[in-house]
Amino acid sequence: MLVIRDLQAFIRDEKQEAKQILCGVHLTVKPGEVHAIMGPNGSGKSTLSNVLAGHEGYQITQGDVHFEGKDLLTLSPEERAAAGLFLAFQYPVEIPGVNNMYFLRTALNSIRHHKNLPPLDAMDFLSLVKSKMKEVGMDEKFLSRAVNEGFSGGEKKRNEVLQMLMLEPKLAILDETDSGLDIDALQAVAKGVNTLRNGTRSFIVVTHYQRLLTYIVPDVVHVMVKGKIIQSGGKELAEALEAKGYGWLENEAEV
Amino acid sequence: MANNYIKQLVNKQYEYGFVTAIESDTFAPGLSEDVIRRLSHIKNEPEFLLNWRLRAYRHWLTLEPPAWAHIQYPKIDYQSMIYYAAPKVKTDGPKSLDDIDPALLETYKKLGIPLHEQGRLAGVAVDAVFDSVSVATTFKSKLAEAGVLFCSFSEAVKLHPELIETYLGSVVPYKDNFFAALNSAVFSDGSFVYIPKGVRCPMELSTYFRINAANTGQFERTLIIADDHSYVSYLEGCTAPMRDENQLHAAVVELVAHDHAQIKYSTVQNWYPGDEEGRGGIFNFVTKRGACRGVHSKISWTQIETGSAITWKYPSVILQGDDSVGEFYSVALTNHRQQADTGTKMIHIGKNTRSTIISKGISAGFGQNTYRGLVRILPTATHARNYTQCDSLLIGETCGAHTFPYIETKNASAQLEHEACTSKIGEDQLFYCRQRGLSEENAVSMIVNGFCKKVLNELPMEFAVEAQKLLEVSLEGSVG
Ligand SMILES: Nc1ncnc2c1ncn2[C@@H]1O[C@H](COP(=O)(O)OP(=O)(O)OP(=O)(O)O)[C@@H](O)[C@H]1O
Ligand SMILES: [Mg+2]
Repeated sequence: MLVIRDLQAFIRDEKQEAKQILCGVHLTVKPGEVHAIMGPNGSGKSTLSNVLAGHEGYQITQGDVHFEGKDLLTLSPEERAAAGLFLAFQYPVEIPGVNNMYFLRTALNSIRHHKNLPPLDAMDFLSLVKSKMKEVGMDEKFLSRAVNEGFSGGEKKRNEVLQMLMLEPKLAILDETDSGLDIDALQAVAKGVNTLRNGTRSFIVVTHYQRLLTYIVPDVVHVMVKGKIIQSGGKELAEALEAKGYGWLENEAEV
Repeated sequence: MANNYIKQLVNKQYEYGFVTAIESDTFAPGLSEDVIRRLSHIKNEPEFLLNWRLRAYRHWLTLEPPAWAHIQYPKIDYQSMIYYAAPKVKTDGPKSLDDIDPALLETYKKLGIPLHEQGRLAGVAVDAVFDSVSVATTFKSKLAEAGVLFCSFSEAVKLHPELIETYLGSVVPYKDNFFAALNSAVFSDGSFVYIPKGVRCPMELSTYFRINAANTGQFERTLIIADDHSYVSYLEGCTAPMRDENQLHAAVVELVAHDHAQIKYSTVQNWYPGDEEGRGGIFNFVTKRGACRGVHSKISWTQIETGSAITWKYPSVILQGDDSVGEFYSVALTNHRQQADTGTKMIHIGKNTRSTIISKGISAGFGQNTYRGLVRILPTATHARNYTQCDSLLIGETCGAHTFPYIETKNASAQLEHEACTSKIGEDQLFYCRQRGLSEENAVSMIVNGFCKKVLNELPMEFAVEAQKLLEVSLEGSVG
């Protein structure tokens, strides 16, 4: 599904100074697997997610990424989306004046277009989106609001999950979709992921909390520190981190 | 990073840039009292009008073009311009569509404006002004049943001279400014509307202006009078051929709303904007003003300004009647080398007068976009209220946005609210949309449309979709 080899990337800050953020990431995700990525603040988890989705703010200096055999790094963000890659953003952006339903329908039909499927008409779309909204526990009134505008933190995250359910990606990256959620919302997010799990669809779940991983049980847990994955293991690794923090791993890594 | 979509500001061909091959009667270039007399004579105008033109001309000679706007352009040579060009007709003027040159009908068809009444805009009465003269007005009989007068300005001068004499220059006096004086001296045609007392105009009225002839200035005048308790919605649209030279368009629009009357005036301005390098394009220097003379009267201006090399216009409202309402909703888009200096004036005179200003400026390429607005509260205007919101959206690093909101309050009971914000079209917004599968162009047009939503909502339904498309086309190529 996804093979990342020795990925290195930097960004230029306001002073135009290059700042290395990804320092050689290796990661392989097979079809149907759920991978969790944990790691301290600022270690590069969101950067990795953004680079995979094609954010043009980062310069890639080394490494390659293959997605279902395709060279992912040569594709535009929209081509990656069409190929089945989805990113639930850590900070979903607001788009004032753009109707949420219109946005969702345009997105869905763009992706259907790439798949050579006919666009969904308004009626079919509406019944589909309403059923998905029920799954994530979103009120229908959010359809007529502007995209994320004035949404609470939790509402934005639910909206991300709604989009994921609508677009049915092959690989979904969830960047801290669980942060700032109440218990019900957390379960709604987990349910969203679990209903999509079908043995071939893969997930990368970025999180700080073991709690989410009790609902979405991962196949592999990775720890990212300073732009590198320094440890990988089973779901018990997440439990160990919860108990001990990152210190012991960082020390180990430096040895 | 941002540069890869900004760098490629490529030109989308202006769709309306064709020229109609048609014989026309034109004056030699140049302006003098003699030219004005000939013009007035051709049009068979009454004495009062000729005298008014001449007074305007003499006043104009004493004026200098205004220099305060945030625009730059070469000096205009007023003696090298042609002041009258009219498509040749066999008779005095077209009596019906059958008298109109088929080439003209074809032109309007290409522009998407069918002059045949069974056309696409079936619920809309159209007056078409080609170069200097009105060539057709549709749905006349249906409007006449309601008592609505809708005709070319020239025709109104012939048929209703008393209305013209009463109202002409009563809102925009010829002394108002340089371009208004010039227009008053040489205007050749335009549209006239009168809605009698208590009548709600049964359909949208609209005028399409088309400049065709080379080297001609277009100086049209629009006069709309809404008598007590009447209502009218009016829309103007404009296009011009692509030419390497600049052409001057200096129009005047006057609106008068009596007691409880409402006028809704919408503009979709798509004059040729010039090419990528800033060659050619229309200089659009326009004076538009409405007078809310009566109590509880209301005038709304809605404008979508996407064309012209230079736009200089400030549709304004004089809120004279107590409880009258003035509104200004504007989207001004400048791409490539276009410059726009536009805004409004709300002059509060009566008690409890209210005004709303929503201005959305969008700049791309090397476009320069200026909002200039004045809210003036006179001592008599107790409890006047104004709400102003002017937002700018920048696409790329090479364009500019400027806002000059002026406020003058001479009455302490006034309530004024002002909001302004300038934002860059967010790379994060673009990335978000593209991550969801939208192409970059679709993403930009969606974000821009969202930004303009409040203004687009004010357009008559028949035109909202076209305006949206126009924004898309005008931005096409602003991203790579
Ligand atoms: N545009 C930018 N300019 C400068 N530095 C940046 C920029 N974007 C990211 N960084 C830096 O890159 C590093 C990694 O950031 P990233 O957002 O990937 O971390 P993260 O692991 O997702 O952290 P968190 O757990 O807090 O979300 C941080 O030090 C951050 O400040
Ligand atoms: Mg992060």
